Amino acid sequence: MDFLYNILIDPLVQIFTYPIFALEVLIGGLLSGVMYSLVALGFVLIFKASGVFNFAQGAMVLFAALFFAGFIDTGLPWYIALLLTIGVMVLLAMTIERIVLRPLVNQPHIILFMATIGITYFLDGFGQTIWGSSVRVLDLGIPNNPMEFGGVLINQFDMVAAVVAGTLVAVLAVFFQKTRVGRALRAVADDHQAALSVGIPLKTIWAIVWTVAGLVGLVAGIMWGAKLGVQFSLAMVALKALPVLILGGFTSIPGAIIGGLIIGAGEKLAEVFWAPAIGGGIEDWFAYMLALAFLLFRPQGLFGEKIIERV
Amino acid sequence: MLYREAGQFKTTYSADQQIFPILQDRIGFFITMAVAFIAIPMFAGDYLTQTIFIPFLVLSVAAIGLNLLTGYAGQLSLGTGGFMATGAFAAYKLATSFPDLNIIFVFIAAGLITALVGILFGIPSLRIKGFYLAVATLAAQFFLLWLFNKVPWFTNYSSSGVISAPPMSIFGVFVTGTEASHTAKYFFLLVLVTLLALAAKNMVRGHIGRAWMAVRDMDIAAEIIGIRPLQTKLAAFAISSFYCGIAGAAWAFIYTGSVEPLAFNIDVSFRILFMIIIGGLGSILGSFLGAGFIILLPVFLTNAPHMLGLNIPVDIISHMEVMIFGALIIFFLIVEPHGLARLWQIGKEKLRLWPFPH
Repeated sequence: MDFLYNILIDPLVQIFTYPIFALEVLIGGLLSGVMYSLVALGFVLIFKASGVFNFAQGAMVLFAALFFAGFIDTGLPWYIALLLTIGVMVLLAMTIERIVLRPLVNQPHIILFMATIGITYFLDGFGQTIWGSSVRVLDLGIPNNPMEFGGVLINQFDMVAAVVAGTLVAVLAVFFQKTRVGRALRAVADDHQAALSVGIPLKTIWAIVWTVAGLVGLVAGIMWGAKLGVQFSLAMVALKALPVLILGGFTSIPGAIIGGLIIGAGEKLAEVFWAPAIGGGIEDWFAYMLALAFLLFRPQGLFGEKIIERV
Repeated sequence: MLYREAGQFKTTYSADQQIFPILQDRIGFFITMAVAFIAIPMFAGDYLTQTIFIPFLVLSVAAIGLNLLTGYAGQLSLGTGGFMATGAFAAYKLATSFPDLNIIFVFIAAGLITALVGILFGIPSLRIKGFYLAVATLAAQFFLLWLFNKVPWFTNYSSSGVISAPPMSIFGVFVTGTEASHTAKYFFLLVLVTLLALAAKNMVRGHIGRAWMAVRDMDIAAEIIGIRPLQTKLAAFAISSFYCGIAGAAWAFIYTGSVEPLAFNIDVSFRILFMIIIGGLGSILGSFLGAGFIILLPVFLTNAPHMLGLNIPVDIISHMEVMIFGALIIFFLIVEPHGLARLWQIGKEKLRLWPFPH
């Protein structure tokens, strides 16, 4: 009975007794959810354009962050480091397209998925072979202090992260809607064969989409790196982005954002109000359970394409 | 000339339906068994048995289990590590709560408990498909590990969270604990693996295996021809988890002797998935080949710099190992996406025609 009380009643009592605190937790959760969305975006881009479930997105985040922090540590000014890292990510995308994806065209999805896990191992090993496995501090000059807005404390860094994510989504939306390449990307996402037959070069498009995903990974890597320090555990951030992904739907950019908000808020609320009752440390799996609960009602995620099955 | 089925006539149904209908295959099978049962225990030293053959046998059980689920029934799962942990901890609780229980019953009961857990986490598969399901099975992976880490009841309130297998014997010979000889462990595992592999082979040749394959190829069509998706998918999850549970119990009790929940982390799930992809999806033989490959690869990578006479710092070597492991996986997928089992099949075709090229 005690256990049930602790799980079902006590957290709600606390939420209603301390509404301001609950609101702070909620906002903090929403903002940290934005950070998950940053990583999930990279997954969505690649899945939309090529149907590849790119498990290496987390490794790309780590890889980009390692190179950026590494270049800065060698004494380069930040803009040159940024340019060099962008160059590295473009090169990486082209290499992946040429060496991994092109020979595996038309293979079953699971083979491509396994190949991206292979890429994950490769990038993890490669990045750390070059830059070592020590933790690097990445200081962007963003203060990490709480600020007060109408009686509610909000972390400044999280605010900046939210602004960055918002800008990124806006830029991506413009890129997809207004540019020639963006239209070609959407065409490829809709139907590979039709896109090919109207003369869209599939191979170039894939290289571009991996580049874009790499750049999104770079942004995510810089933000996460500034928050946690650039270290191996950044690659694990991908595992936090996966529930966001299935919750929002593999093919939807707004889904990645809203999924991130739901997961972030749910996770923080659960951690603060429910975790003490069941032993703590629930952040590893809670997001998955939450996403699973959603999936039971919408198997394709909140915004995923409706699955139509025919025999 | 050597490998040809011509002239081997079958006169009964049972002869026609045996696992190895071709005489040469039967001979090959018995030679393999003879090597496994006689040559390896005689000639392989303790070191090789402990570092290669025992983990190979344990992980091939897990690979067979995952292959039944992913290769035959088409349900991609990333929760193998969680199910193995369930088997290990179930076996530990059983063995410490009922010290008189025979190890065989402990393992079977641990497998059955894992099967129940597998059914529980398999229920979403009825609505969720493909990669959505794969991510959903990660819930099992993370939740189960968290459970064994956080609830002290599972580790009998040990402060470190590590479980150690109590010494257990079969026919008066110790197979777990410090007194057990490597040969005894090896034989026990070998018998276990042989029986489980035979059972798996017969399952996939029989009614349930065909139902799995029908669901894998197109589940709506399978439903229309009268296969119940609920029972079929849940049976796949149950049986696969049974195998994984036994593999986990064997890993904790026989291979390492003591284990913590983190030993079954997501890396284990990926490695076992690699085994079945590199070995061959939908092939029992492939599970063994893949397990052997994934176990030998790191051993080879660790020793290669020594053999080449290179002198590289240890931490760089460990990073390079990871990197080369990834690169080789990609290389293998590109060269032979259908796995080692397909290479073996191609080789057999070539042997049939030999010495003619076509």
